[in-house]
Amino acid sequence: MTKQIRQLDRVVIRFAGDSGDGMQLTGDRFTSETAQLGNDISTLPNFPAEIRAPAGTLPGVSSFQVHFADYDILTPGDAPNVLVAMNPAALKANLADLPRGADIIVNTDEFTRRNLAKVGYTTNPLDDDTLAGYVVHPVALTSMTVGALAEHAVSKKDAERAKNMFALGLLSWMYSRPYGSTLRFLERKFAARPELVAANVAAFRAGWNFGETTDSFSVRYEVKPAKMLPGTYRNITGNAALSLGLVAAGVRSGLPVFLGAYPITPASDILHELSKHKRFGVVTMQAEDEIAAVGAALGASYGGSLGVTTTSGPGVALKSETISLAVALELPLVIVDVQRAGPSTGMPTKTEQADLNMALHGRHGEAPVAVIAPKSPADCFHAALEAARIALTYRTPVILLSDNYVANGSEPWLLPDVESLPDLRVEFATAPNGEDGSTFLPYLRDPETLARPWAVPGTPGLEHRIGGLEKADKTGDISYDPANHDFMVRTRAARIETIPVPDVEVEDPDGDARVLVLGWGSTYGPIGAACRGLRQRGLSVAQAHLRHLAPMPANLGEVLRSYDRVVIPEMNLGQLAHVVRAKYLVDAIGYNQVRGLPFTAAELETMLEEVLKNV
Amino acid sequence: MSEPVALKLTAKDFKSDQEVRWCPGCGDYAILAAVQGFMPELNIPRENIVFVSGIGCSSRFPYYMNTYGMHSIHGRAPAIATGLSVSRPDLSVWVVTGDGDALSIGGNHLIHALRRNVNLKILLFNNRIYGLTKGQYSPTSEVGKITKSTPAGSADAPFNPLSLALGAEATFVARTIDSDRKHLQSVLRAAAQHSGSAFVEIYQNCNIFNDGAFDQLKEPATRDDHLIRLEHGQPITFGSAGQFCVVHPPGGFGLEVRETANTPTEEIVVHDATVTDPAYAFALSRLPGPDLRNTPIGVFRAVDRPSYDSVVQEQVATARAKVTEPSEQQLAGLLASGDTWTIL
Repeated sequence: MTKQIRQLDRVVIRFAGDSGDGMQLTGDRFTSETAQLGNDISTLPNFPAEIRAPAGTLPGVSSFQVHFADYDILTPGDAPNVLVAMNPAALKANLADLPRGADIIVNTDEFTRRNLAKVGYTTNPLDDDTLAGYVVHPVALTSMTVGALAEHAVSKKDAERAKNMFALGLLSWMYSRPYGSTLRFLERKFAARPELVAANVAAFRAGWNFGETTDSFSVRYEVKPAKMLPGTYRNITGNAALSLGLVAAGVRSGLPVFLGAYPITPASDILHELSKHKRFGVVTMQAEDEIAAVGAALGASYGGSLGVTTTSGPGVALKSETISLAVALELPLVIVDVQRAGPSTGMPTKTEQADLNMALHGRHGEAPVAVIAPKSPADCFHAALEAARIALTYRTPVILLSDNYVANGSEPWLLPDVESLPDLRVEFATAPNGEDGSTFLPYLRDPETLARPWAVPGTPGLEHRIGGLEKADKTGDISYDPANHDFMVRTRAARIETIPVPDVEVEDPDGDARVLVLGWGSTYGPIGAACRGLRQRGLSVAQAHLRHLAPMPANLGEVLRSYDRVVIPEMNLGQLAHVVRAKYLVDAIGYNQVRGLPFTAAELETMLEEVLKNV
Repeated sequence: MSEPVALKLTAKDFKSDQEVRWCPGCGDYAILAAVQGFMPELNIPRENIVFVSGIGCSSRFPYYMNTYGMHSIHGRAPAIATGLSVSRPDLSVWVVTGDGDALSIGGNHLIHALRRNVNLKILLFNNRIYGLTKGQYSPTSEVGKITKSTPAGSADAPFNPLSLALGAEATFVARTIDSDRKHLQSVLRAAAQHSGSAFVEIYQNCNIFNDGAFDQLKEPATRDDHLIRLEHGQPITFGSAGQFCVVHPPGGFGLEVRETANTPTEEIVVHDATVTDPAYAFALSRLPGPDLRNTPIGVFRAVDRPSYDSVVQEQVATARAKVTEPSEQQLAGLLASGDTWTIL
């Protein structure tokens, strides 16, 4: 039969199944196919902290959402248009997020009495009116996959496991995706077992052909390529982009990168990625604990490396004493905090922005550091370079506040020209700097950057001792002098406060907005999408987004004061709002949610509309 | 390779311009003098030597050495020194620590540095007390010790630092005494020659808060009958007249002290620091009694195992050997790896 082809401008698909069903991989592959087609994309994986929760249960559900469109998009989408549910648990866990009218593709083979009972369905939702209002496509995914692979030399278990490729084939057909990259991927993934390549390719094709021939799918969709800047792109997650940014910082500074890290969700992928790049001189050390990880990084910085440590909130808490030592030693150090929902273990695979207070203030004594935050997955690359630049130029610890949402989400990344990346070369001290020509003064500062000389061990004539005890200005000798301590505390504060950072830019296309939405970090996408939605409806709203949280841009106070209302949405209970109110005496309104999930554009749009009404 | 040029350094070259501020009479002075006196022997330029310490009286040490140095934070010196040593294999990195610093707050870093066999020379000044905080008991204080924080006597059992180091897979373990400069320097020499972690416990007197803790090992009247001076390849006998010896009784797990006169010569253990099985060195470490009788000093164990530094650097070197293009080009290739697409 001839299928109808319908054009769409955007689609949101959520693949959901048991943790063992391969939904992350399926989503990844669909995303890659979609990228090849030239759509703009944004993805959001959502998986349990348990490696293998009991099969078929609600805690074991893993999902991957992909949003693609023929125009530039900012978020992975508020609500799916299509849900692929591999079992009853996946259906139950995700149904509430689905608007009426959405398509649901279910694997009917898994809707057994036993599996239904596991998630508390007393009757089969495929048979009662649970799914009234949705377009349900019942597909016997498992048995059709097994049937399609009857002639293949694979076990029944391996045949069943290929059902995700059947689903991918079906969805790829439905949305007219080019699948060459998936076939190549399968060849690479199962290179050692050709029979599995053949089986998975066959399952994929069976899914595709099923779409083409069955009556239950009468429509095929197309989403045209988006207009994007010319250049070469790849789809990238925040953690991968951040890792590459650190490698790039090593290349552009000419310094070896030393990563000290202790495994922690959701930051471990950075350790994994950097471990692969030894050919760039990157040394990675999996330390015995978070404290050793930052200690080793600081030791490496002392020796002339770019010392980096990567972790999440609980790890930053443990590193706090060493970060203060780095403040006293005035050495470069990059601390990456991929934030997750806290306190304590909290929800390790869910997102939050609640470490801002800790990054800004969470140390003993007056111990200011620079703090920056990436706004999107691809932006993690540039944020890592910026963190390295500040650390190296100003000889200071820099905290880079990523979060689970940007770390695991992905988007297309326009590959930068390497030559255009910032030049991060540094000059080590090589000769005495005292007036007598023979003395070395380890705390004599560069008048412009207030940075002290970086004299690495191995440099003849500059032997000196540094430490956590208060140091006398210039000489670095131990000092208990009251005036000196006061001077040094103020100087360390000034060192951070005077780092030049770019002015914050305001996006106000109508030019007459009276309300400004201020955000930081990963909320950029949802806030941007909400502002866009309002503007499309003729309402004026301005958006500003902070990358630098310490020091803050010099123009921020003026910007904030030029609006009647400032709204600050944050995935915490108002940490930036608190700083803004204290620092600029601006009566900012917070909009705060800590549900472990990013804001939806729709909720922000609704909230902002209320604010606009009341200005 | 050509012969290294003799640098002709002296102890004076290793004295910094800082005023030494330990309490008068502290054992740390003797250790400092011994280390400064030994350093020229290394024939390593001062700029390539780094002393890293934690917190405590002993940890002031780096300030007094005219080398590179870092006085860091409590317990973390082995971690910081690991990062330095791994990233800078050209340096000679020494860690100075105390019983509280290394075994209490920093216990985790110590054992992991030792199991990794990081190329560090770790000098643990053991005075069995907290000095800088003015006299609380330490993880090496004897049970029942009365201190400011334990007026009724301490309730917890102490660590045996050498047993701990051996349990942590240390490849070099030695003990010496602050007041015996010659012996101290002989142990430093052996430690410096060792590739990998060298762990040296130095019995050090705190004359303010735990004075005389090691007197039995120092007083001429008692020391010879208490100290076992280990020498590689020599039968282990000791006592003012060599009247005691160490044997490995059949059927037992450990070593025991016997009277030499009643022991057949072939039963006396001949010291071998290179024995692969750490059980031997461990048995030696268990010989001392609570009264410090039968305390071995010298090198307990010195075995070869690749250092963490060398393995890590070798992996980097192997990866880099395959690189043919300039790093910027290599980076451009890395950024563009994976599935890419081009928009014209």
